[in-house]
Amino acid sequence: MITQTPSQTVGPFFYDGLIRPGKPFIPTLVRDGAQGQRILIVGTVLDGDGVPVPDAMLEIWQADANGYHNHPADPNCAKADPNFSGLGRCDTVNEGRFEFQTVKPGRVEGQAPHVNVRVFSRGMLIHANTRMYFGDEAAANADDAVLSLVPLERRDTLIAPLVTTNGLPTYRFNLVLQGQGETVFFTP
Amino acid sequence: MTIKQLLSRINWKGQPKYLHPAYTSTVKRAPQQPLIPLPHTLSELTGPVYGTGDIGPLDHDLSRNAVRNGQPIGERIIVTGRVLDDSGRAVPNALLEVWQANACGRYIHKVDQHDAPLDPNFTGAGRVLTNANGEYQFITIKPGAYPWRNHSNAWRPQHIHFSVFGANIMSRLVTQMYFPGDPLLALDPIYNSIADTEARERMISSYAHDVTQPEWALGYRFDIVLCGSKMTVFE
Repeated sequence: MITQTPSQTVGPFFYDGLIRPGKPFIPTLVRDGAQGQRILIVGTVLDGDGVPVPDAMLEIWQADANGYHNHPADPNCAKADPNFSGLGRCDTVNEGRFEFQTVKPGRVEGQAPHVNVRVFSRGMLIHANTRMYFGDEAAANADDAVLSLVPLERRDTLIAPLVTTNGLPTYRFNLVLQGQGETVFFTP
Repeated sequence: MTIKQLLSRINWKGQPKYLHPAYTSTVKRAPQQPLIPLPHTLSELTGPVYGTGDIGPLDHDLSRNAVRNGQPIGERIIVTGRVLDDSGRAVPNALLEVWQANACGRYIHKVDQHDAPLDPNFTGAGRVLTNANGEYQFITIKPGAYPWRNHSNAWRPQHIHFSVFGANIMSRLVTQMYFPGDPLLALDPIYNSIADTEARERMISSYAHDVTQPEWALGYRFDIVLCGSKMTVFE
């Protein structure tokens, strides 16, 4: 193995480099014709004092509504939804808040539906990596192999409650970087 | 016996810790609980796939992609290199996004209040895709050093930010490229957040005379090594 290039912070000034109008890096993962249930994922990034973090960037990666990815490692690649990008990116300039428009992902290899979430920010030398699960999937969550690795008392930090069904179903997933209620993070 | 695909993981010996008090912004943003090792399922073995359709014609040339009334001020440079995985294989179609300060050490970002001029012909943002051999190249203006408020008389060494998407989402990397011989490197808590010397020095580009073009621009070489190499295991 050769030495990996180390990670460094995105710093405070990534906005003009990484947050741009147009594809592929936008908080909307769906185009017209995308299959499945459209949903919103909303939340706030909070620091160790509970203060919103206005200079973070989130990226999500997930399967389409059928649980497929448009990537050669997925045996169902050819069946992946052409109107679904899988990757979304959102800033948190508005008082630490973010909002993604996506679809509820299908099950991947029998896992409970989930969204991979990465957090980058000033003050983070390497990004944090986590998963969001869905609050209305209690039975699937109870059987999930990755969730079962998480201590029971911290599992709730990964489960986003369905907060409104008025309009698009909306799930709230707050990210607490540190301290009381710290979100569970996985190896990046 | 079953055959299983796995990906090589981050080697923490050469990576920063979340908490690095010399960089004061880490203190309230560093997770404190132990990380949970994430199994590599199809959610991790996959990732976005990019192609030339995702790149604009001038995205790779920061000396031209924001021109309004003339050329940007400063020293034009060529930055080139290869993206490899940590088994040494080239990573084709890796998407690199770069962003940086202008020659005076000023970012276009509105929260940058450094008392140095903006350049009307430079935004300092670009992107480029690696070719089949994992090679990339872009043209830019050498960024200036700039002050920050981390500690008394703190200055960031000259650097270019890189964001990289490799062959799968587990190889995701954001890093910074530094320049050889910069005296500010020894004083910079972000650069020095990497304890391992070999890994730390991987972030320093090298001057490349074979890349330098006569009468036009100096060349620098910066290779990037990602984790997430594909490994097949038999169980």
